[in-house]
Amino acid sequence: MSSLEIKNLHVSIGEKEIVKGFTLTINSGEVHAIMGPNGTGKSTLSKAIAGHPDYKITQGEVLVDGKSILELEADERARAGIFLAFQYPSEITGVSIANFLRAALQARLAEGEELDASAYYKRLYDKMDRLKIDRKFTSRAVNEGFSGGEKKRCEILQMAMLEPKFALMDETDSGLDIDALRIVAEGVNAMRGPNLGVLLITHYQRLLDYIVPDHVHVMYDGQIVKSGDKSLALELEAKGYDWVKKEFATASAR
Amino acid sequence: MSAPTSAPRSLTGSFPAEAFAQHLTSLAGAPAWWLDRQRAAYETYAGLPMPRRTDESWRFSNVVGLSLDGFTANPAASPTALTSPFGTPHLAFLNNTVVNRNAVPAELVRQGVVVTTLVEAAAQHPELLRAHFMAQPQKLGSGKFAALHSAFVGAGAFVYVPRGVEVKEPILITHAAAGAGSAVFPHTLVVLEENARATVVDHFVSADDAAHFACGANDLYAGHGSQLTYIGAQDWSRTSRSFQFNSTVVRRDARVQSLNLHLGGRQARHESLSQLQAPGAFSEMLALTVADDTQEFDQRTLQIHQAPNTKSDLLYKNALRDQSKTIFSGLIVVDPDAQKTDAYQSNRNLMLSDDAEASSLPGLEIQANDVRCTHGATTSRIDPEQEFYLQARGISKAAADELLTFGFFEEVLNRLESDPLHDVLRTLIQSQFKK
Ligand SMILES: Nc1ncnc2c1ncn2[C@@H]1O[C@H](COP(=O)(O)OP(=O)(O)O)[C@@H](O)[C@H]1O
Ligand SMILES: [Mg+2]
Repeated sequence: MSSLEIKNLHVSIGEKEIVKGFTLTINSGEVHAIMGPNGTGKSTLSKAIAGHPDYKITQGEVLVDGKSILELEADERARAGIFLAFQYPSEITGVSIANFLRAALQARLAEGEELDASAYYKRLYDKMDRLKIDRKFTSRAVNEGFSGGEKKRCEILQMAMLEPKFALMDETDSGLDIDALRIVAEGVNAMRGPNLGVLLITHYQRLLDYIVPDHVHVMYDGQIVKSGDKSLALELEAKGYDWVKKEFATASAR
Repeated sequence: MSAPTSAPRSLTGSFPAEAFAQHLTSLAGAPAWWLDRQRAAYETYAGLPMPRRTDESWRFSNVVGLSLDGFTANPAASPTALTSPFGTPHLAFLNNTVVNRNAVPAELVRQGVVVTTLVEAAAQHPELLRAHFMAQPQKLGSGKFAALHSAFVGAGAFVYVPRGVEVKEPILITHAAAGAGSAVFPHTLVVLEENARATVVDHFVSADDAAHFACGANDLYAGHGSQLTYIGAQDWSRTSRSFQFNSTVVRRDARVQSLNLHLGGRQARHESLSQLQAPGAFSEMLALTVADDTQEFDQRTLQIHQAPNTKSDLLYKNALRDQSKTIFSGLIVVDPDAQKTDAYQSNRNLMLSDDAEASSLPGLEIQANDVRCTHGATTSRIDPEQEFYLQARGISKAAADELLTFGFFEEVLNRLESDPLHDVLRTLIQSQFKK
């Protein structure tokens, strides 16, 4: 059992504070959905946890199994079990998916240990088949010229190959048609279990029909303003984000 | 034999008249024309000043770092087993001496393919050698060093592929240096007759970490309809200084693809001249450089279109780390009657460090009116978002830089048809990141 504890996290970009005291604990086996309007700091939160150098953590803690990861570089955090599925994955010219994933797996091996190439390809093809990604994609440059849906499926493929302890999934549903959404959700559901905790960032309730969360949190202006179970997502869908904004405004006025 | 002029020591450095005389005695069997060319070259060498900072063809170069002192002009060679990632060399030179030979397959010999030393070629194929050896002009600024090469070259390779013959496997030549201060003068002369095809690899390597002085040349002659692929992989020790002069002559409907990989040396200058001499001639000039530490790589190129309907395509990519420096200066010249010339020149620099410095001087000189010439240079820093993306997958910053460099190089490596060569070049580049 692992835990990811985010405690009173404050994150600034430049001089501007974006995340303003975010607190949440995710245990392995749990799926937490974070919903919130655009610009509220969801991506900032996830990138800061993943160790993006531009996002300054001014206050608070992020602990994996009780140990702070804030002193670690992004690659060290990844190897400690954090995986960020990007809202906007980068295109990497000239680097094939096969070489990229190989490098990522190699990085997890001890010095001098070599990846078993045939086992690697077997596993890679198996995961690709499940995510309905054409095997030819292994030799394509990472995300280059991919459709929105292909990029998102490729993020899930990476997650499946790297087997993180905690996945921060940033709007993995955006830009997906219903079929692609189903495939992606199946991929995530297949990984669900006692070894994985998920922070599922989404703007729409739709995704939560396919990946049913254990907890739903509403984020507004850099912090969680409301938490509940999956019915909160439905309520939010029915009432809209204005409802949250109004409640939040009254709450902070008091 | 008359002793050459006694030029001031400041102009000859470690290569005074006595050293030249000693070199000539080692070439007792060479024909008179060869020795005459060498004597003339030595006069030129001894008479020319060292490059100056103000010389246009040395702009941005560290001319202060150039020195003629501290080298051994005629280093001794002891037999050494040289290994090359490219495979077993057909000819291996160490300190200007042949140390290893492996015959090309008998079938090729029967077809008239020749892979031998220059000295033997002078005896066995005198007309060919006389026509092609030390026959091309030197136009890119290193007159003094090119003359030094011409004066001292003795050991070198001669590769000849007769009309219509195709050599499928690469012909491998290793040029090595060993011992502190050793001066080496590698030379590879390739002559392809009509419709011949071949791949030739020059691998330049130091047998130890000592500082060497390498002053080499490779002359490529592609006859009518022939196709030549040339790889030059430079991996001298990190304290060495190197000059390499390339001359490529492309005849009617012939095609030359050359790829130079620059990895070694403290200061390395590469000059490359392509002459497109008849319609249909095509020269593809490729180069990859990984510069790190305080290395300086200086590349000067000239594409001369001397006939109509000729094509040249230059793509030089440099990846710069640490406090390294690269200089690219390229010129496309289109002669007045070279209509329908198609010339392309591109230098791209990937900066992996804020302290590295890349200079680019692209140029055109067009005297025909119906031509298509494009040139450009770009210098870009590594994209921090790409770097973060890779790091977010657990890949260290160093490994991410290596991956991104390969991504950047892929466009050039992919132009090579041969996968095995592609793989060896990858391995050599990878080793650069492990230093
Ligand atoms: N790199 C950046 N530089 C400056 N401002 C940024 C940057 N990234 C995000 N922001 C700002 O931070 C706020 C939160 O953005 P973001 O975290 O992307 O929100 P969300 O993912 O919830 O839509 C927005 O006001 C956005 O403009
Ligand atoms: Mg976002």
